[in-house]
Amino acid sequence: MIEVSFMSYILLAIMLFSIGIVGVISRKNIFIIYMSLELMLNSINLILVALSRYFGSMDGQIIAMMVMAIAAAEAVVFLSLIVSLYRLKHSINIDDYNSLKQKGTL
Amino acid sequence: MSSNFLSWIVLIPLFSSILLGAMYLYSISVKKIADKYFTFFALLAPMASFFIGFLFFLGLLNGDSEYMYEPYTWLGVNGYIISMGFLGDKLSIFMVLFVTFIGSMIHIYASGYMKGDDGYGKFFSYFNLFMASMLLLVLANSPIIMFIGWEGVGLCSYLLIGFYFSEPLNVVAGNKAFLANRVGDLGFLVGIVYLFFYVGKLGFDYGALEDYVSIVPNHILVIIGVSLFIGAMGKSAQIPLYVWLPDAMAGPTPVSALIHAATMVTAGVYMVARFHFLYDLIPNVGVFIAYIGAFSSLFAAIIAMKQTDIKKILAYSTISQLGYMFVAVGLGAYSTGLFHVFTHAFFKALLFMGAGAVIIALHHEQNIFKMGGLRKKIPLIYSVMLVGTLAISGIPPFSGFFSKDEILLKAYNHNEYLIYGIGLFTAGLTAYYMFRLFFVTFEGKNYKERKMQHVSWSMKAPLVVLAIGAAFAGFIGYPKIFGGANLIDNWLEAWSGTPTHIEFSADIMLMSVSVLAGLIGISVAYFKFFKYDFNQDIKESGLVYNKFYIDEIIDFLIVRRIRDLSTFVAVVIDDGIIDKTVMSLSNGFINLGRRVGRMQSANTRAYAFFMLVGLSSFSIYLILKLGK
Repeated sequence: MIEVSFMSYILLAIMLFSIGIVGVISRKNIFIIYMSLELMLNSINLILVALSRYFGSMDGQIIAMMVMAIAAAEAVVFLSLIVSLYRLKHSINIDDYNSLKQKGTL
Repeated sequence: MSSNFLSWIVLIPLFSSILLGAMYLYSISVKKIADKYFTFFALLAPMASFFIGFLFFLGLLNGDSEYMYEPYTWLGVNGYIISMGFLGDKLSIFMVLFVTFIGSMIHIYASGYMKGDDGYGKFFSYFNLFMASMLLLVLANSPIIMFIGWEGVGLCSYLLIGFYFSEPLNVVAGNKAFLANRVGDLGFLVGIVYLFFYVGKLGFDYGALEDYVSIVPNHILVIIGVSLFIGAMGKSAQIPLYVWLPDAMAGPTPVSALIHAATMVTAGVYMVARFHFLYDLIPNVGVFIAYIGAFSSLFAAIIAMKQTDIKKILAYSTISQLGYMFVAVGLGAYSTGLFHVFTHAFFKALLFMGAGAVIIALHHEQNIFKMGGLRKKIPLIYSVMLVGTLAISGIPPFSGFFSKDEILLKAYNHNEYLIYGIGLFTAGLTAYYMFRLFFVTFEGKNYKERKMQHVSWSMKAPLVVLAIGAAFAGFIGYPKIFGGANLIDNWLEAWSGTPTHIEFSADIMLMSVSVLAGLIGISVAYFKFFKYDFNQDIKESGLVYNKFYIDEIIDFLIVRRIRDLSTFVAVVIDDGIIDKTVMSLSNGFINLGRRVGRMQSANTRAYAFFMLVGLSSFSIYLILKLGK
């Protein structure tokens, strides 16, 4: 039986957050990037909930609920944005969206 | 006569000039205005000035000593006060009278000469502006106000020489005149500033200057006198600043007559006479001036002997006659010099305008060796030119004889025998080259027949008036020795210098000698040119024809050196140092920007990475700082 301590939650959250960051930086597929972002949000949620339990206060859990609600709303916006981006360029590769690039030489 | 009318002598031509300028701008941009309206205002202004000047003259005759009018203070700084002031004493009213009279005549002549020209209104606007400047120069009551007029006439001279500015040569001539005048103006300005430095606090009009000039140390006075004379050299075309005057003949002929013969060039003589109280204290500088004048007169006469352009000959003769005037004022005989200014204005304006009429009649031909036999074609111009030529040659009883002879007499009396000799020799040369011009133009044989252009009466009438003046103007300075009253000397008593006594027989002898010199010149010209054969080729080369290569020497010594300096500044300093510094700075900024711009790669994942790095380092910083 593995002992579950407070620090294990924190470690798990850090690992999830790091995976999320690496996902955002290294992947090209917009969906995967989005999923990585959600992963990072949820790792933060985990920390909030763990801290809430640790300090015996409900504040953290309330914030976690709010984050989840906002994440749900955000998912709607994000997915619809991805759809319209796809209609624009027929691609879900993040590197194809480079209209603001510095072009040519001065 | 209320003395505030003095200002109107200057203001009428000035307003007229502005009005004509506005009318001209309206005429070329909105709706054409007929020439007669321009003519009306243009001719009215100098005549009105002459009329007012004449009223002042009558006032002076009736015993008024002088008129002063100071309408307002122009500059007043810490006790130094410069008033805008007008001074109408015997000298300035004398100048006003003949400037406005000759000016009116030349205006009438110009209305015929310039008929149908596109720039008719512009021409008269400049002409009236010139009259205003010249009259301001003459009527000013302090050297600083005089300087305004001094610069004004220089400006008008420049504008009128380059009147036909589509021709590059005219523009070059205009620039040359302006630049040569600037050299002189600098001298004049230095003189004024020195004077102001020493006596400026005590008041700076001529009256105060005359009272206090003696407090200036003598060696400073010499500097002032020479500096002012350098200004006069520039304006009155004396050695070495004479080079602009012959080139100034590029302008229309009335300009040559008005500015470069009758009025503006005498400004230098007037200025020396105006500062007579200063030059009286430094007689050595006066002798220097007289020598410069004598050599200028000889030098210009020698060059004039070989020229072929009718206007250039007259230009050199102007330099030569101005030399005589400087001989007189240099020797302290200011009234004699001004007498010559007066007679010279008549006969030189007459000669120039006659030459202009000849040029018009021959469809703008200026080379005398392409003329010939004009006596029967234009008899009126022939006869007035004969009067003018006799006057300048110093043949009695024409006006030039009296004034020139008096100058030679003064030189003799001051024991300046070298100057006297030069003057006498130059008188002979003058008679020679003027009659050379005259005979070649009007006599000769085998000349080419050509169709003449009609010369209008508006051009002929002033010629007749001036011819009468050139013939008889000398009698107002009729020598006392013949029982006459020398009206000029009486009128300009304060300027007549030390009276000279000479025995009757010696005087008669000197006069005969100078008349003889003139007659010898005429007879040499007669034998060489009266029956001039136009089939022979003219030699257009030689040292004298090329004016002793003075232009080339100046070009080599000064113009090219300045050009080299400019090239040095443009190539080495500007391109090599300044441009290089500025360009390398701006290139540095461009390169930096290019490098920074590369970060703007539109690579979203890279942005995310930058953000991570930034946030992490900021967090680490916070943790380390707050963790303590």
